Amino acid sequence: MNKIATTNHDEFMWIDGLKVKLEGEKNILKVIRKTGIHLPTFCYHSSLSTYGACRMCVVEDEKGTVMAACSTLPKNGMSIKTNTKKLLKHRRMILELILANHCRDCTVCEKNDDCELRSLAARLGVKHIRFDNNREIQPVDHSSPSIIRDPSKCILCGDCVRVCSETQGMGILDFAHRGADIQVTTAFNKKLSETDCVSCGQCVAVCPTGALVIKSETQKVWDALLDPNKRVVCQMAPAVRVALGEEFDLPAGELVTGKAFAALNRLGFDYVYDTSLSADMTVVEEANEFMKRLEDGGPFPMFTSCCPAWVKFVESKHPDLLDNISTCKSPMQMLGAISKNHFAQPKWNDKDTVMVAIMPCTAKKAEVARPEFVHKGKRDVDICITTQELAYMIQEAGIDLSNLTPESPDMPFGLASGSGLLFGVTGGVAEAVIRRCNAEKTSESLQAISYCGVRGMEGIKEATIEVGDREIRIAVAHGLQNADQLIKQMKSGNIYYDFIEVMACPGGCVCGGGQPIAKRRLTREKRMESIYNADGIAQLKYSDENPQVKSLYSAMKTEDVHHLLHVHYPKPMADE
Amino acid sequence: MPKKGMYPEVDLILKAHESKQSAIISILQDVQKQYRYLPPEVLTYVARQLDLSEAKVYSVATFYDNFSLEPKGKYLIKVCDGTACHVRKSIPILEELRKSLGLSDKKHTTDDMKFTVETVSCLGTCGLAPVLTVNDKVYPSMTPEKTRDLLKQLKEEDNE
Repeated sequence: MNKIATTNHDEFMWIDGLKVKLEGEKNILKVIRKTGIHLPTFCYHSSLSTYGACRMCVVEDEKGTVMAACSTLPKNGMSIKTNTKKLLKHRRMILELILANHCRDCTVCEKNDDCELRSLAARLGVKHIRFDNNREIQPVDHSSPSIIRDPSKCILCGDCVRVCSETQGMGILDFAHRGADIQVTTAFNKKLSETDCVSCGQCVAVCPTGALVIKSETQKVWDALLDPNKRVVCQMAPAVRVALGEEFDLPAGELVTGKAFAALNRLGFDYVYDTSLSADMTVVEEANEFMKRLEDGGPFPMFTSCCPAWVKFVESKHPDLLDNISTCKSPMQMLGAISKNHFAQPKWNDKDTVMVAIMPCTAKKAEVARPEFVHKGKRDVDICITTQELAYMIQEAGIDLSNLTPESPDMPFGLASGSGLLFGVTGGVAEAVIRRCNAEKTSESLQAISYCGVRGMEGIKEATIEVGDREIRIAVAHGLQNADQLIKQMKSGNIYYDFIEVMACPGGCVCGGGQPIAKRRLTREKRMESIYNADGIAQLKYSDENPQVKSLYSAMKTEDVHHLLHVHYPKPMADE
Repeated sequence: MPKKGMYPEVDLILKAHESKQSAIISILQDVQKQYRYLPPEVLTYVARQLDLSEAKVYSVATFYDNFSLEPKGKYLIKVCDGTACHVRKSIPILEELRKSLGLSDKKHTTDDMKFTVETVSCLGTCGLAPVLTVNDKVYPSMTPEKTRDLLKQLKEEDNE
């Protein structure tokens, strides 16, 4: 290679003859991706530890040595090729061997279009598998309300194992046995419902095959929609509108609020509502509760309660902190309760009301089924489907989302402030509560709040605000592993906070387990930006200034406020 | 969920290993010595005390063949079927044991929990082939006849 000496200390490597500057990348896969070459991977996720098991990202050096790009350090002067005769043969062979042990029912598989195994087989031109599938068929685990696990479709990449332990600190799934008998499973091969699984669905989001999929409930929604004796109403969470478009070839993070409501109307929902409205109510209730705790002297910190995976996490790992969780229902449950209350009026008694929630979240499916949310024998929310499932329904109905004329949600539950929309991102609930507690309502103070430290992707964020003459210490954690770290430090007495927001998924609800699989780079960042943009153009910024919220409160009987908007999770039996 | 202090004998084992996560294999070996197998509820307890996930402990316990999640009999008979023992006719010994105890390649332990028969790949004493061990006591140069006598002797010993 023609090497002209460089005078500075920059380091370079050669990729397929192209000179590329090294910028502190931890592996050559990242350097290769900078050049626009997308090497196939199954077991590599930049936010997780490197595993190096799938061997799809193999590259060849000048000596003809083949190595996995994901687990090789870049070195100055290194020269590698990404496509050689040997590599193409290796990759196809690896894929063929993975496929040999894999079920081939692609057309009816839930993962289907999102399956990386399927798309790589097509991309690498694997058209024929010379071996029979001798793998023992194992029972499919349908026990979880949110996730279906089919071990026969697992390719042992371990992505779910790592996301569950590294990001979520749960470790529900791990490898068991050895050699040809190895499998990914729960402790003692228990059913998911018998484990402490919080249903966050991050394992589903990283699984490259159909081994882990969302439990689809679209049929129940169709049944309700097509039943003339049912009034079917729905609510859509803030994070859905920044991701739904991705399933219809729109750019990552594109805000499709109006088109999504139009699609819901086309699907036949009688009334379409916006969960951001009840998020506003959550802000009001949570701020009131916080002020009350300041008067009563605690208990502190007060934790947010919107994320059902987080609530389940506290129940199983830190039951002593259950009293610290806000008693506010999640916005989804609040809207379920107040809308059911609304349709309980005599003039609406001609039909049964079915409430469908459209959420970015798999854990919400578990939440709607909790016994605490049944009132007078009826559930606050009857069915919960994810953004992905909504996209499937829209596709099944033949609706072309990208060409719909935008529509608005219905009243009385259709008007939200920017604060309500912020619930979709990490730090959003904290920001909304700060806005509510802050006495100064100017655009300067809004900007100051946005820079106070609650925004961004850092795992644990901190902010300090003043309420009256008291300094309030706020923390924001996303990813349950971060939340666990925070709690451990708190319990050891190293740190103190008054208010802590926790969302189980990294990035918040915009990256929930029920969102479309993020196939493009920076999807997470674009969805977050889009939520802030939606807040930016919202005429109302403060939850308590939402006139619809005000009128709902004035129409609500005082004795109803508590049971409609609050919940007490029972304490588990004493552990010690 | 297992309560703290539920297994005092396991607490001693954990203490001996300073409750280190990295000592998990040694801890499981000691637990197996204590119970002759790894009872699932004890694994759950160990996981909790070490702040490891249950699935991680299960992963370690299932990785090594020497760990057993099934209860074992009072007498654990390991028949060596390494190359040296195999060519010196270890299989007839194994068959004799299985026949007399009513066991098979699927069923390793007698219903009265007295005997467990397993094969191992090599005990490292090829000069004594064919060899078997009973609770770590080595019996060299075995034959089916000697095996019958050994079983008789063990049964008598058990009845005393």
